[in-house]
Amino acid sequence: MSDSIYKPYLMEIEQIVEETPDVRTYRLKFKNAEEAEKFSFKAGQFGEYSVLGEGESTFCVASSPTRQGYIECTFRKAGRVTNALANLELGDTVGFRGPYGNTFPIEEWEGKNLLYIAGGIALPPMRCVIWNTIDLRNKYKDITIVYGARSVSDLVYKHELKEWEDRPDIKLITTVDPGGQTPDWKGEIGFVPMVLEKAAPSSENTVAILCGPPVMIKFTMPVLKKLGFKDKDIYTTLENRMKCGFGKCGRCNVGKVFVCKDGPVFSYEQILTLPEEY
Amino acid sequence: METTRKLIRKQSLEKLYNILSTTRKVYAPVIASDKQVEYKYNPAFTDVTFDHIRSTLSVKNVVFPKVENLFYYTNKQTESTITDIDLNKIQDVVLWGAHPCDNAAFDTLRSIFCWDITDEFFAKRLEKLVVIGFSCHLSDEYCFCTSVGLTPNSTKGSDILLSRLKNGDYHAEILTEKGNAIVSISPELFESVTNEEAEITSVKQKFNHEQVTAKLATAFENPFWVANSLRCIGCGACAYVCPTCACFDIQDEASGKEGKRYRSWDSCGFGLFTLHTSGHNPRNVQSQRWRQRIMHKFSYMPERNNSLGCVGCGRCSSGCPVDMNIAEQLEALQNI
Amino acid sequence: MTSLIIRAKELLENKTVQVVIGYEAGPTGVARPAFITDPAKAESLIYDERCVQNLAVYLTKREVKNIGKMAIVATLPVMRSIMMLISEQQLFADNIVVLGISADGKLLDIADNKVMQGYIEKSDLSNPEKYKGLLTEFNKLSPEEKFLYWQKELSKCIKCYACRQACPMCYCTRCTVEVNQPQWIPVKANTHGNMEWHILRAMHLAGRCISCGECGRACPVGIPCHLLTMHLTDQVYNYFKVYAGTSEKMSSVLSTYEPNDKESFII
Repeated sequence: MSDSIYKPYLMEIEQIVEETPDVRTYRLKFKNAEEAEKFSFKAGQFGEYSVLGEGESTFCVASSPTRQGYIECTFRKAGRVTNALANLELGDTVGFRGPYGNTFPIEEWEGKNLLYIAGGIALPPMRCVIWNTIDLRNKYKDITIVYGARSVSDLVYKHELKEWEDRPDIKLITTVDPGGQTPDWKGEIGFVPMVLEKAAPSSENTVAILCGPPVMIKFTMPVLKKLGFKDKDIYTTLENRMKCGFGKCGRCNVGKVFVCKDGPVFSYEQILTLPEEY
Repeated sequence: METTRKLIRKQSLEKLYNILSTTRKVYAPVIASDKQVEYKYNPAFTDVTFDHIRSTLSVKNVVFPKVENLFYYTNKQTESTITDIDLNKIQDVVLWGAHPCDNAAFDTLRSIFCWDITDEFFAKRLEKLVVIGFSCHLSDEYCFCTSVGLTPNSTKGSDILLSRLKNGDYHAEILTEKGNAIVSISPELFESVTNEEAEITSVKQKFNHEQVTAKLATAFENPFWVANSLRCIGCGACAYVCPTCACFDIQDEASGKEGKRYRSWDSCGFGLFTLHTSGHNPRNVQSQRWRQRIMHKFSYMPERNNSLGCVGCGRCSSGCPVDMNIAEQLEALQNI
Repeated sequence: MTSLIIRAKELLENKTVQVVIGYEAGPTGVARPAFITDPAKAESLIYDERCVQNLAVYLTKREVKNIGKMAIVATLPVMRSIMMLISEQQLFADNIVVLGISADGKLLDIADNKVMQGYIEKSDLSNPEKYKGLLTEFNKLSPEEKFLYWQKELSKCIKCYACRQACPMCYCTRCTVEVNQPQWIPVKANTHGNMEWHILRAMHLAGRCISCGECGRACPVGIPCHLLTMHLTDQVYNYFKVYAGTSEKMSSVLSTYEPNDKESFII
């Protein structure tokens, strides 16, 4: 008999990065070599992470499928499960079910410019596809990353931001909300939509990938339209609450769509067909 | 399989019940001390009711229990082990006496639990279930099976469907191999069919479900939802008594180092259902949740699961503390 | 009830209120809540023996409040609920017009809260007659028998929370059962967790319950859960000689300390 669809893989925490005071990144390794061998995923997919006894929580796989042998997840301490997760230490066990959901269509994007726009804790769902495309750098033209957070201490993946900044083949723009800067802050100061408007990246042969809190999305969309982006060339991920991850529990149902099956990746063109319940 | 028709005498029905209930689990309706109609395992034949319109709860719990354990776990230092539930221990169950609406709901539930990957818990329970359904000779103002493509004697979902004749005997339609297997336990109880007519209640059609589905396609923003759901108090009664509502929650329960993960019934009518940890709620007010309930059953499911999410049993309406009458609302929606 | 319809129409026409919360008859003949915003539709208001729901539950519901100033058809339990809601600062007396209904079904002239208070004070505030017999019977049982009784009854609970949702005093935006850090009450409906929920609910209503019986009426599986809160109403009265919902200045009995409080319950 094959394993139950509700049974998680058991993973060991191999590395912990304290991203901000309340955000952590875990590198997780399969305990069972056979499972590790069979496992594969693509950029954009998510999983159900669990602490046995506390429950499951949904977040994307934050590492790139081009980096094999492990998966990474980044989470903010917010509810019961993420608090329990945050209390774990190196070598502890995390349950993982997945990968679930659809993927970013990175093959379709080959030969195009990529514009990544993220706010706050929404960089993790995008980090996977960012690294995936960077690792296949020669297939894409310009890669631009616009990333903003409330304050300097709220920026996640600080050393990766440094790495991207130092690379000549990536254009990185970081920004913090007014008041969130430190004396030595060299990036922009201002909200993401304003910074984006100022940078005015070309929409010519470009795909925009946008992840952030609803308010950021709301004010960034008009800027993208102004820059000439078409709805079909803008991608985002929806973050509805989920339980099962495979279209049965009913929780992430938005219109006829299950975010867990038909998403989490949607083009803005698709989003416009959905009722506003996300 | 081709349907075969037989006759079961009144006395033979009791014999059949007794044979079945002494050899396997039989889930049959009884009238409890508080007058509620509830299903019990292996009640005495004399306690089984044949004259109920609807049980308080539907019978979906035979395939989708209100609480179902998904696995057990043990945590030891850094080592954890997970033990699967042995689905082979799920026993055969004969569902006796359920009406055509409830039996049709098993197909609806299958369209939810097995539309993509198979939910093995549901599938195993359904595989182990034999349905001996009873046509309806009684109905009330809450019944609306005829509005959702069914009738008081629809065979959908039944393995054997029995319909009562005026003299108290029953016509039996043997519909599936599972039904045949029941007949073969005691074939002498099944006689040749007579011409006598079965007593079938008549249920007035209240709306045309295809027209409702068509209307709903453009009704999302209609003021109808707020105007007609102000009285909804946001409890989960309608979803929990519903034979086709299948939304569930997944939770862990720990007892020291050991514990289990289980799933339990949930309802889209609760504010908590879609609430994010951040405080953002995609369905923030009750009218949006009521709309979701109707849209899911009559618009999303027909398109997505190729199945209507309602069998017209009327429980949600008869059980609602504030008379949110679904048939009335669907009739109104058909005409908006 | 003509006088009620005339009054409702008048309030809507002269824009004193934007909505009248009352009862109408549904298609199956069941009386149910109605929210009248159009004076022309006031005709559909009814008041008779079928009208039993405690409408005060809607006074704290967001979508109802959003309509504007409210008038409400109020029998004694509704009036007492209003008093409780005002005393717990969930409602401002100025924002509501009370269309009082007397025990014999007549429209009362409730000009303001003082008048309402006077009416409540004159009324019998003990548990309704129809439940007194059951409560007395229940009190005769031994603790073991009571436990077995409730174990059997509460095993039926499906955790639909109709009892909570129907109760005007259960207005918390986040109920204790919805808190999971820690998980006070298990999410699933099992006998043990169901008992915890119903005991918790009853205790949160002790001294606040106005004996309308809505919780029991709303229960789709017929659990007489109103007996729990009504029993506590009796207990609170026995100890403190207070009934809930009698004044807008009342403080909750169980969360207020008075030096002369009886302490006989301390073991």
